[in-house]
Amino acid sequence: MPDALLATALRKTYRAAVALDGVDLRVGAGELVGLLGPNGAGKSTLTKIACGLVRPTSGHVEVLGHPCASLPARARTGYLAELFRFPGWATADEVLLLHQRLARSSGGAAERARLLGLVELTTAAERRVEAMSKGMQQRLGIAQALIGDPGLVLLDEPTSALDPAGRRTVRQLLEGLRERGTAVLLNSHLLSEVELVCDRVVIVDGGRTIAEGAPADLVTAGGVEIETAGGPRRFAQAGREDIPELIAGLVEEGERIYGARVVAGSLEDAYLDLVRGAKP
Amino acid sequence: MSARRADRARDLRIIAGYALRETVRRRVLVVVGILTLAFLALYAYGSAQAFDEVSRFGAAPAGVDIQEEVLTGSTLLGLAMFVTLFLGTVLAVFVTLNAVRGDAERGLLQPLVVRPVGRSTLLLARFLAAGALCVAYVCAVYAAAVALTGATGGYWPDNLAFGAVALSAAVIVVVALALLGTTLLSSTANGIAIFMIFGAGLAAGLIGQIGSALDSSSLERISSIASWALPFEALYQDGLHALTENVRGATGVIVQLGPFGGAQDAGPLLYPYVLAYLVVVAVVANAIFRRADL
Repeated sequence: MPDALLATALRKTYRAAVALDGVDLRVGAGELVGLLGPNGAGKSTLTKIACGLVRPTSGHVEVLGHPCASLPARARTGYLAELFRFPGWATADEVLLLHQRLARSSGGAAERARLLGLVELTTAAERRVEAMSKGMQQRLGIAQALIGDPGLVLLDEPTSALDPAGRRTVRQLLEGLRERGTAVLLNSHLLSEVELVCDRVVIVDGGRTIAEGAPADLVTAGGVEIETAGGPRRFAQAGREDIPELIAGLVEEGERIYGARVVAGSLEDAYLDLVRGAKP
Repeated sequence: MSARRADRARDLRIIAGYALRETVRRRVLVVVGILTLAFLALYAYGSAQAFDEVSRFGAAPAGVDIQEEVLTGSTLLGLAMFVTLFLGTVLAVFVTLNAVRGDAERGLLQPLVVRPVGRSTLLLARFLAAGALCVAYVCAVYAAAVALTGATGGYWPDNLAFGAVALSAAVIVVVALALLGTTLLSSTANGIAIFMIFGAGLAAGLIGQIGSALDSSSLERISSIASWALPFEALYQDGLHALTENVRGATGVIVQLGPFGGAQDAGPLLYPYVLAYLVVVAVVANAIFRRADL
C-alpha cells in the first residue's frame, strides 16, 4: 500500500522568502501525524502543496501513489483550510451536497446525515451557513473534508474556533478516522490535542524539519521536584534514581522534606526546547 | 463522448449552477434591477415626450429629406443601446470581479479548487454562468427598449436581432476581460480596472467621431486600433450601424452619428476576430490561474 503522503526535498520560495527548504515528510497509510511549528514555519504551505493549492518550487510530493495536485490525488484527499468560508446562503446540507457532487461521492443523503452526525450538526442540517457560529462552520468544514471517504485528510488548524466540547468531538472523530484506516495530517498549535491523538509528530521550523517521532519519544523527562519547608525545589536534570541522594543532600543542608516526585515532561516543553534550540 | 468529457461537462454544470445561485443572491443584482427599472421608466417617459414634440414640428422644409419618426426613434434607441451596454457592463463586472482572487482572499475558492475538478473547468464554468446571466440581461433590456420605442413612437428598426447579438457579444467580451482581471487583481482593483477599460473604449469611439468630423486620419487610426484592442466598442458601433444601415438620405447621415461614438460597420471580420480574441483571453486567464498559488 503506498504512503498516504510522501514529500521529498520539498522546497517553496515566494520571491526572496523561503517557506520550505528541503522538507521530507511521510504519512503512512492510516497514520495520524501532527505537524507542529511556530507561525511562518511552513506548515500551511506544506499542507497546501499536498492538496494542490500551491505549486512547489522543487521537490516531489505524492499522495496515495499519485503526483500531488493530479485529479486522482485530489479525488482521494479531504482538506480543511485554516481560513475558509462557505457561501452564506447555503444550508449545511447544501454545502455537503455540492462537495459530494464535486468529489463524485455516491454516498447520497445517508453520507451527509452521517457526517453531520459525526460533527454534531444533525439539527443544523437545514440551517444557513450565515446563521451558524464560527465553531459550527468549522465543524461543517471538517464534515466537508470527510466527504467521499478520502484516503488522506489534511486538517489545517481544525480546532482553532472550537470550544472544549467541540475539540473533544474532533478528537473522537480523529480517533475514529484512525480506526477506519484513514491517514490524517493534522496541522495544529494545540500541542495537548496533538499529543493526545497523534501517532507521530513532525516539527518544522524555518522551512525545515527539526524533529520527528512518536510524542512519547520526543517528550523529555521534566526532572525531580522536592517539596521542602521553603517551598518546592526543582532539579531539572535529575531522574527517579537520583531522588534518595537529593533528599540526603538537602537533609544534610538542614532542609525538612515533605515530598518528592518525578516531573513528567510534556510535548509542549519538548517542542519549545526544540524550536528554541533550532534558532541560530 | 469519453468518460472524462462527460465528467467535465457535469462539473461545468455543477459549478456554473453554483455560481448562478451565488450571483442571484447578491445585493448587486437588486441594485442593477432597480437601476434598470428606473432607466426603462425614464426611457418610456422620454420617448413619449420626444415623439410628441417632434410630431408638433410639422413637415421638414421642401427639399430636405428628414423622416422625423425614424430620426427620433433611432437616436433614442441608440442611446438605449449605450445604456444597456453600460448596465450590462456593471452587471458583468460585479458578478465576476472576485471570481478568483477575491474569492481566494475570502477563503471561498479553496474548498472548490481542491476537489477533482480542473482549474480550467472552474474558470470556464464561471465564465459560462456570468456570460449567460449578462446576455439574458442585455437582451431583456434591449427588447424592452425596442418595445417601448415602438409603443411610444411607432418606430421599429431594421435588423432588430443584430442589435441584440452585438450587445450580447460586447458584454461577453467584458465578462472575459473581468475574469482575466480577477486572476491577477483583487476585487476592488479589478473592478476599477475594468471600468477604466470600458471608459477607454468609449473614449476611443468619441475620438473616432471627432477624427471623422475633422477628417483626421491619425485620430481615426487611434480609434480603430482601440476598437480592435477593446472590441466591445466595435461591437456596439457595429450593432448601432446594423439598426440604421437601411435609413437613406439626410436622415441616414444624421442617425449614423449615434451617441458616445457613432455607428460604424466593422466589416465581416469582426465576429471571427471577437471569437479569436475570446480564445486568447481564455488561454491567458487559464494559464495564470493554473499557476496561481492559492
